[in-house]
Amino acid sequence: MNDMTPDREERSANLKGMGCSRKRVEDARFTQGKGNYVDDIKLPDMLHGDFVRSPYAHARVVSVNKEAALALPGVVAVLTAEDLAPLNLHWMPTLAGDKQMVLADGKVLFQGQEVAFVVASDRYVAADAVELVEVEYEELPVITDPFEALKSDVVLREDLEGQTEGAHGPRKHHNHIFTWEQGDEAGTNQVLDNAEVVAEETMYYHRTHPCPLETCGSVASMDKVNGKLTLWGTFQAPHVVRTVASLLSGIEEHNIRVVSPDIGGGFGNKVGVYPGYVCSIVASIVTGKPVKWVEDRMENLMSTAFARDYHMTGKISATKDGKITGLHCHVTADHGGFDACADPTKFPAGFMNICTGSYDIPVAYLAVDGVYTNKAPGGVSYRCSFRVTEAVYFIERMIEVLAIELDMDAAELRRINFIKKEQFPYTAALGWEYDSGDYHTAWDKALETVEYDALRKEQAERVEAFKRGETRKLMGVGLSFFTEIVGAGPVKNCDILGMGMFDSCEIRIHPTGSAIARLGTISQGQGHATTFAQILASEIGISADSITIEEGDTDTAPYGLGTYGSRSTPVAGAATAMAGRKIRAKAQMIAAYLLEVHDDDVEFDIDRFVVKGAPERFKTMKEIAYAAYNQAIPGIEPGLEAVSYYDPPNMTYPFGAYVCVMDIDVDTGVPEIRRFYALDDCGTRINPMIIEGQVHGGLTEALAVALGQEIAYDDLGNVKTGTLMDFFLPTAWEVPNYETDYTVTPSPHHPIGAKGVGESPHVGGVPCFSNAVQDAFRAFGLRHTNMPHDHWRIWQTANGLGLHD
Amino acid sequence: MSDKMHIKLKVNGEDKEFLAEPRELLIYALREKLNITGPHVGCETSHCGACTVTIDGKSVKSCTMFVAQANGAEITTIEGIGEPDALHVLQENFREHHGLQCGFCTPGMITRATKLLEENPNPTEEEVRFGMAGNICRCTGYQNIVKSILSAASEINAAKEAAQ
Ligand code: FES
Ligand code: FES
Repeated sequence: MNDMTPDREERSANLKGMGCSRKRVEDARFTQGKGNYVDDIKLPDMLHGDFVRSPYAHARVVSVNKEAALALPGVVAVLTAEDLAPLNLHWMPTLAGDKQMVLADGKVLFQGQEVAFVVASDRYVAADAVELVEVEYEELPVITDPFEALKSDVVLREDLEGQTEGAHGPRKHHNHIFTWEQGDEAGTNQVLDNAEVVAEETMYYHRTHPCPLETCGSVASMDKVNGKLTLWGTFQAPHVVRTVASLLSGIEEHNIRVVSPDIGGGFGNKVGVYPGYVCSIVASIVTGKPVKWVEDRMENLMSTAFARDYHMTGKISATKDGKITGLHCHVTADHGGFDACADPTKFPAGFMNICTGSYDIPVAYLAVDGVYTNKAPGGVSYRCSFRVTEAVYFIERMIEVLAIELDMDAAELRRINFIKKEQFPYTAALGWEYDSGDYHTAWDKALETVEYDALRKEQAERVEAFKRGETRKLMGVGLSFFTEIVGAGPVKNCDILGMGMFDSCEIRIHPTGSAIARLGTISQGQGHATTFAQILASEIGISADSITIEEGDTDTAPYGLGTYGSRSTPVAGAATAMAGRKIRAKAQMIAAYLLEVHDDDVEFDIDRFVVKGAPERFKTMKEIAYAAYNQAIPGIEPGLEAVSYYDPPNMTYPFGAYVCVMDIDVDTGVPEIRRFYALDDCGTRINPMIIEGQVHGGLTEALAVALGQEIAYDDLGNVKTGTLMDFFLPTAWEVPNYETDYTVTPSPHHPIGAKGVGESPHVGGVPCFSNAVQDAFRAFGLRHTNMPHDHWRIWQTANGLGLHD
Repeated sequence: MSDKMHIKLKVNGEDKEFLAEPRELLIYALREKLNITGPHVGCETSHCGACTVTIDGKSVKSCTMFVAQANGAEITTIEGIGEPDALHVLQENFREHHGLQCGFCTPGMITRATKLLEENPNPTEEEVRFGMAGNICRCTGYQNIVKSILSAASEINAAKEAAQ
């Protein structure tokens, strides 16, 4: 069998390992409608849960009358806080060290808050019963503005009254949550005070929502005979959900099985623990039957997981020729009624302290004040790694404003301030150690490809033509250069609810040379079943087609912290490579035994071990796998399995250079994207096809956020954007074709040099689209205007600049 | 609760009969009464297209319709398109061109695209974008969906030409 050896190239291609655009194994199911999402789960005798929600943003709950609802045939139970209190489940801890009401305990703090949970035979009966629950409210003054909240006598969180110390230090006011300070305040102020040039700007990064196409939901099934609870749900972090469920319910962790089935997109929406999950568990325990809860779109937009809502004030100083000398940033962060941000415990404002961006800024200071208001809780990382989106938007706007102040080209201003290649690893003024980068190369490549100078020339001509009355369209050239910080994270400083943010992979090689690998992460469309098999194929020499990847079942998968913040490839991908290397080490010993040579005399070659200097003598991984099970090898245990828990030594720092060319109709406010060029450097590229798909998707979500997507409230705390009629999700009609490109700067500390990419396009895309809009008006004196740049707001900007006169 | 109606449908070529409240949305009747879970629910307000099926030859968002309105209709869902060992050209092309990620929009997308290509066998990119604008995808940014559909169109046309 050793004669007809295919050549190395062919053997390598057969593996479908790293670097190839392997087609996705997930697609056969999904294209035939055979996915299995949470709402597809149907169990015998399953009941349906539905919430009675508060119409008010701030009110006392005077009474709840369940009688009429309970009288409706098919209604099994109506749960309120009073029913949950004896189990101590009427409140739950949040990921941010706060606590949140599961069901309204005496008052409600935002419109759409969960007040009672109806359990009935089907979803229609449950919905009817929701209407029959009579709740008496007493309205209280509503505060939707965080600045007002910090001045107001109205106490939003009465449960915290008198507590001057929060989870993240002192509270300055009864509606204040925390102050988080980073960097050198005195040093920064001194630089700013003595600077040649200082640019200041205030900007609001509006509230929005990840809005995956599938909403959140769960099915809980308590088996009273065996004492086992099974919970299926839309969980980006199933193991954490198991631990939380155990701590909350008192059911021992081994008696809880949490399963994330197929997930219809997450984007941060499915990281947190929501009242619906808790109520489905309680209802199943109470009724002894499986209980399903799936929120509708309106509930999703109103209650689970908003993102952003940062009021940011910046000061940036520079020399006259544009060298940045210092940066000051203050954020007032609107967290809504409960602090339910999904950040690593020690980072109440996530990684906002990456706000010095890609620039060599000697001194900086950041302070974030978290504030309660009568808005929904959340503060999740919508397609970003813990507030990196806010940080990058902030610095990329400050750069533009500084360019205006200096009367300088914004691309040139970036270039002269980039951290240089030879400065890596680079310790930023706010503490992070950037592992690697080559910003100048990426920037030059991007500007050259789009013919930047020609664009500027065309833009200047357009301005002149506009002034002469020959056109009503202006042209914007949007630039952004971003550095992300992903792959949370090193256990020494990253944890969620005390769980270190490592991740894991367990591999079993079967006797016939195929394999199964299980991970602590969970795909929501990123194609893990495809790409993790590619990493393994390259590491262990077994074809990706012969490797099954399994995630999301806590009974079988090793413990991991889940998928969000672009952490799967940096952390679980590393665990996969490391577990693969353990397999390879054992395989080497087996091969040496079979070839009757010393361990050191064989070496790995694509899909086999060969005797050094005698490549005709080898054992394929298939032969080695078989040998591991079929014969006694002295000194080696039978079997071929490995597990790795990977604690990353550092974050990874993907970066990219984006350019957007836009034409804006001044009279209609409609922006037309003429060109979008995205260069991403995510280190080693595992599957170019999937990377490109992630970039398209992330850019489209960026387009949405920059150009219209918003969770807006009126003064009474009513959500004005609660359906897809008002909440902007772009269709194929509004979205351009994107040009993608790349450079490769591998991460020096990651086993395969990969950095993660899923969120980069969103992080870099939002400022790029926004800068394009604002750049179009630069010649007419615009300095800054807030997103979202919908048609109406763009029209207003044009109008305010006198362009309609 | 209102009285139940006797509903007859032909779904993916099979006759189905069942009792349902007239107010029940067609999407829930399909998903919960008939266990046809390919079409999904993304909004219930006819914005997202995840629930798209073909009813009597037309693309319909099945959350927009009561099951009573569909009584007697002939319905095709994603389950009626292609076979595991003989995928529809669109299914093949969505895989080939990475036209899906989480897969939640995919059944509606492909179901709609089959009709689009019947209505207009030779669409331009612009016509594909316009013809698919009733179906939202949150993951892909549409570029590869458009590519998949255009590529499927040329494959279908090439096959037709070859047959002539
Ligand atoms: S569920 Fe029917 S269009 Fe969204
Ligand atoms: S693939 Fe996820 S919504 Fe389209």
